[in-house]
Amino acid sequence: MEFLVKVIVFLPLIACLIAGFAGRAIGDRGAQWVTTLGLLVSAVLSWIVFFKVGFEGAGGTFRVATWIVSDTFESAWSLRVDTLTAVMLIVVTTVSAMVHLYSIGYMAEDPGIPRFMSYLSLFTFAMLMLVTADNLVQLFFGWEGVGLASYLLIGYWYERPSANAAAIKAFIVNRVGDFGFALGIFAVYMLTGSVQLDAIFKAGPELAAMNFEFLGVQVPALTTICILLFIGACGKSAQIGLHTWLPDAMEGPTPVSALIHAATMVTAGIFMVARLSPLFELSQTALAVVTVVGASTAFFAATIGLTQWDIKRVVAYSTCSQLGYMFFACGVGAYGAAIFHLMTHAFFKALLFLGSGSVIHAMHHEQDMRHMGGLKDKIPQTHWLMWIGTLSLAGIGIPLILGHGIGFAGFHSKDIILEAAYGAHSGVGFYAFWLGIAGAFMTAFYSCRLMFLTFFGRPHDHHHYEQAHESPPVMLIPLYVLALGAVVAGFAGYNIFVGDGWEGFWRGSIAMEGSREALHHAHEVPWLVKVLPLVMGVAGIAVAWWFYVGSRANLPQMMANAFPALYQLSYRKWYFDELYDFLFVRPALWIGGQFWKKGDVGIIDGVGPNGLAAGAARMSRILGRVQSGYLYHYAFAMLIGVALLVTWYMLSRGQ
Amino acid sequence: MSSWPILSLVTFLPLVGAAWILAVCREDETGANNARHAALWTSLVTFLVSLVLWVNFDPRNPGFQFVERAEWVPAFGISYHMGVDGISMFFVLLSTFLTPLCVLASWTAIEKRVREYMVSFLVLETLMVGMFCALDFVVFYLFFEGVLIPMFLIIGVWGGKDRVYAAFKFFLYTLAGSVLMLLAIIAIYWHVGSTDIVQAMNYGKLPFEWQFWLWLAFFASFAVKVPMWPVHTWLPDAHVQAPTAGSVILAGVLLKMGAYGFLRFSLPIMPLASEYFAPLVFGLSCVAVIYTSLVALVQEDMKKLIAYSSVAHMGFVTIGIFVVNAQGVQGAIFQMLSHGVVSAALFLCVGVVYDRLHTREIADYGGLADNMPKYALVFMVFTMASVGLPGLSGFVGEFLVLVGAFKANTWVATLAATGMILGAAYALWLYRKVVFGIITRDAVRAMPDMSMREIAVFAPLVLVTVWMGIYPASFLDVMDASVAKLVADYQAALKAAGATALLGR
Repeated sequence: MEFLVKVIVFLPLIACLIAGFAGRAIGDRGAQWVTTLGLLVSAVLSWIVFFKVGFEGAGGTFRVATWIVSDTFESAWSLRVDTLTAVMLIVVTTVSAMVHLYSIGYMAEDPGIPRFMSYLSLFTFAMLMLVTADNLVQLFFGWEGVGLASYLLIGYWYERPSANAAAIKAFIVNRVGDFGFALGIFAVYMLTGSVQLDAIFKAGPELAAMNFEFLGVQVPALTTICILLFIGACGKSAQIGLHTWLPDAMEGPTPVSALIHAATMVTAGIFMVARLSPLFELSQTALAVVTVVGASTAFFAATIGLTQWDIKRVVAYSTCSQLGYMFFACGVGAYGAAIFHLMTHAFFKALLFLGSGSVIHAMHHEQDMRHMGGLKDKIPQTHWLMWIGTLSLAGIGIPLILGHGIGFAGFHSKDIILEAAYGAHSGVGFYAFWLGIAGAFMTAFYSCRLMFLTFFGRPHDHHHYEQAHESPPVMLIPLYVLALGAVVAGFAGYNIFVGDGWEGFWRGSIAMEGSREALHHAHEVPWLVKVLPLVMGVAGIAVAWWFYVGSRANLPQMMANAFPALYQLSYRKWYFDELYDFLFVRPALWIGGQFWKKGDVGIIDGVGPNGLAAGAARMSRILGRVQSGYLYHYAFAMLIGVALLVTWYMLSRGQ
Repeated sequence: MSSWPILSLVTFLPLVGAAWILAVCREDETGANNARHAALWTSLVTFLVSLVLWVNFDPRNPGFQFVERAEWVPAFGISYHMGVDGISMFFVLLSTFLTPLCVLASWTAIEKRVREYMVSFLVLETLMVGMFCALDFVVFYLFFEGVLIPMFLIIGVWGGKDRVYAAFKFFLYTLAGSVLMLLAIIAIYWHVGSTDIVQAMNYGKLPFEWQFWLWLAFFASFAVKVPMWPVHTWLPDAHVQAPTAGSVILAGVLLKMGAYGFLRFSLPIMPLASEYFAPLVFGLSCVAVIYTSLVALVQEDMKKLIAYSSVAHMGFVTIGIFVVNAQGVQGAIFQMLSHGVVSAALFLCVGVVYDRLHTREIADYGGLADNMPKYALVFMVFTMASVGLPGLSGFVGEFLVLVGAFKANTWVATLAATGMILGAAYALWLYRKVVFGIITRDAVRAMPDMSMREIAVFAPLVLVTVWMGIYPASFLDVMDASVAKLVADYQAALKAAGATALLGR
C-alpha cells in the first residue's frame, strides 16, 4: 500500500522532471509519452488503491521525511490515504491522464510541447500532494504548488499580454485567499500546538468552547479558524468575491482549463472543507457562512453564464456555479454529497471543456460562439459527446424510480445536494435550495444555449465552417472515457457516496455525525422537492431551444433590449473587475508612487541624508540645484528632536 | 581538531589571497587574469574550509564552539576572542558561499582595476567572516566598521553613473549609527569591566535605565544596516549604483549584520529594553513590509525593485527576532539565510541581462523567455523563492516568522502577512515585464542565453534554494539549541526583572 501510494504521487513528479529537463534529448514524442504513461500508471494504481481503501478498509498515513520542525511546530512530508483521499486520487489521476493524452493531439502544433507536458505533470504532482496531506502545512504546499502550476499554464502562451495578465491575476487573487488560509493555520497552531490533522480534530471540541483575541477583539476560536481557512477555500475554488481570476484563466490552453480550472484544482476548496469537516461541523456559524457563500456563488455565476459569447467562459462560469453547489452541500452537512458532485462534475465538466477544445480545434482556435454554428454535421462525435456532458450538467434523469431515480451523473449528485439543502430545514438551507433551484434552470439554459449556438443553426463563418474537421482519435478517446464517467458515475456511486452504503464507505474520513443527519433528512424530503430540479432543468432546455432554435424572431436580442440593466449586469459580470480595479489596483499603484516620490525621496531623503549632505561639499555639487532648501528641513527636524529629548528627560526625572 | 584555529583560518585566509594578489599580480591583462584566478581559488578554498565548521559543529551544544582566545590589551580586558554558535555559524557559511560566486560573476563584467577589485572582495570576506565570529566588542566593532570601507570602495570605484552620491549616502547613514554604537560599547565596558561579549551576555545586572539607552544606541546602528523603515533609503541607491557582485554581497550578507546584531546583543544583553521596545520594532517592521512592497510595485529599475523587496523581506526578520519565541527567531534566521541566497541570486539575474544590454530599465526588456529559456527558468525559481512558494527556501522563514508572530501579536502577523500578497504582485510583475511578452527590440533578440560560467554561478544557488525549501531540517536542527537557549535566557531575564519589580514594591 505504502509503495503504491508513493508511486502514484511521485511518478508525475519524475515525469515532470524528465520532460522538463531532458525535453530536448527525448524530443516532443518522448516528453509526451513519458508524462502520459506516467499518469496512466498513476491512474491505474489509484483505482487499485481506491478499491482497497473504499471497500476493503485499507489505508493509513505514510511518512516520507521531516519538513519544518521548530520547537513544538512540526510538519512532516507524509501521505495520508483514507476514503476521501482515495476518491480524490482517482478523480485527479484519471482526469489528468485523459488530459495528458488529449494534449498530445490538441497541442500537436505547439512549439513548446515538453514544457507544456512537464507543467501538466507538475500540476498533477502538486495536486496529489494536496489531497494526501496529513497536516495543514503540507496542504498549503500542495495548495500553492497547484497555484504555481496554474500560473505557469495560464501564462503558457507567454507572448500574449492577456495570458500574462490572467496568470498574474490568478496567482494574486489566490494569494488573497491564501492569506486567510495562512492566518487560519497560525491560529490553529497557536491554540492547539499542532498542525497535524488528527491532533487538530481531537482538539476540536476544546476549540469550540474557546475564545481568543484576534485583531484586538475576543472571537470564538473555532468559528474564526474555520472562516479564515474557508477564505483560502474561496480563493482556490473561485467563490463570489474571489472568483474573478477563474474566467480570465481561460487564457490558458483548453486541456489546462479542463484539468485545472474545472475538474481538479478548483475543487481543492471543497476538498479542504470536507477534509476539515470534523472542525467545520462544530461551528454552526462557519457552516452557515459556507452555505450562504456557496449558494450565492451558484446563483451569481449562473446569471453571468447566460450572456457570455466565449465558449470557454460559459463553461468557466458554469464551473464557478457548480462549485457553489458543492460548497453549500458542505454547509448543510452533506459532505459526502459535495464530494459526490465533485467527482461527477470532474467527469462531465472535463468532458465539456475537452469537447469545447475539440470544437475550438476544429474551428482553428476560434472561441467566439457567434462565429460558430451548424457544426453538428461537421464534427458529429464531438457533438454527441458534448450532449452527454450537457445533459449531465443540466441534471437530466428520472427521479423516484429504481429507488433514487436514474439518469446522468450530474442528476444524481446535484439532486442529493438540493435535497440536503431543503432537508436542513434552516434559513440558510432554504436560501441555498431556492437559489440552487433557480441556478438549475439557468444551468440548463446556458449549457444548451452553448450547444445550440455551436452546433445548430446556420454557420456564421463559412471559411471556418468549411475547414472544420473532427478531432483525431488521440483526442476523442479521452472524450469517450470521460463521457462514460459522465453517464455512469452517478448511478454507480450513489449508494456508496450518499446512499445506504455511505457509512461503510467513508469510515470517518468526513464528519460522520453531521453527514448522518443531513443525509437522513435529505432522503425524507417531499417528492415535489425531488422532482423540481428536473422540471427546472427541462424548462431551461426548452427555453434555450425556443430562444436559439425554435423561434424565428431574435428573442435573445429582444430580451437584452427589454431589460438593458439586467443584461449589462450579467454581460459585464456584475462589474467585479471594474470595482476591484477601482478599489485595489489603482489605489495600490497610486499609494506606491506617493510613498516613493513623496515619502522616500521627498521626506526621508529630504530631511535625512540629503539634508546632511548639504554640508558636504562633494555631495552638494552632485545634488546641484536641489540642495538649498534641505538644510532648513534638517535643522528643523533636529530642533524638534532635541526638544523632544529634553522634554522626555525632564518628564522622566520628574517622576 | 579542537586545537586548530579554524575560525581564524577561515577569517584570514582571504587576506592571504589578497596579499598574494597585491604582491604578485601586475597591472596588465595577464595580471588581471591572475588576480581573477587567485581570488576565485582563495575564496573556494575558504569555503571548503568553512564547511569543516558545519561538519564538526555539535548541534546539541547551545554555546559557542571552535572558541579561540588570546589576550590582546589586558589592561582594558580586551582579547582576541572568536567562536560561533548555532546562530552565527550559518552566516559565516553564507559569506564564504557567496564570495566565490561574486568573483565568478565579476569575471568579465569588471574590466578596470581588476586587481584592486578582487582584493577588495577578499578583504571584505575577511571582515564579514570576522564580524560573525567575533566574541569581543572591540574585535567586533573593528570588523563591523571595517566592512564599510571595501564596500564603500566597491560602490564608489566600480559603480554606476551616480556612484559617488550613493557611496556617500551609504557611508553617512551607516556611520551615523556606528558612532552611537561605539558609545554604547564603552558604556557596557564600564559596567561589565571587560569587552568580552560572552561576559556581557551573562552579566544580567544591567539596570533598565541603562538598557534603555544602550538599546537605542545599538538600534541606531543596526536599524540602518537591516535596513528598517525609515532609514532604508540608502539601500536602493547603493544597490542601483553598485556593481552586480557588490549588490550580491550587500543584499546577501551586509543586510544581515544589523539583524545579527539584534540577536547577538540586543536580546541577550538588553532583554528588558528589547521587550520594552518590541512594539516599536513591530510597528516599523509592519510599515516596512507594506510601505516598501507598495513602493516596489511602481519601480522602473530592476535593481531598485529588488532592493525595495529586500527591505520588505527584512521586515519579516526584525519581526521574528523581537517576538522572541522559537519559531520567530528560527524563522528570522532562516529568512535571513534564504534572503541571503535568493536576493543575491536575483541581483545576479539582473547582472546577467545587464552585462548584455547595459540597462536596468524594466521597460527595455521583455520576451526573454524566447531566446533565453535557461535564464527564464532560473529567474522563475528565484522569483518564486522570493514570493515564498512552499518547497523553496523563502517559504520556511517567512512562515515560521508569521507562526511565531501570531502567537505574540495577531495584528503584527496579519499586517505582515499582507506582504504575501504584495510580494507576489511586484515579483510576478517584474518577471512578466522582463521574461514574458514579445521581443520588440533587436538588441534583446540578439542576447544569448546563459553561458557555462553563468550556469556555474547559478547552479549552486538553485540547489541551495531547493534544498532549504524541501529539507530545511539540515539548517533548523543546527540552530535549534542555540535559539532555545537564547529564548530561555531572555524569558528568564524578564521573569527575574518581574520578580525584582514585585519585591521592590
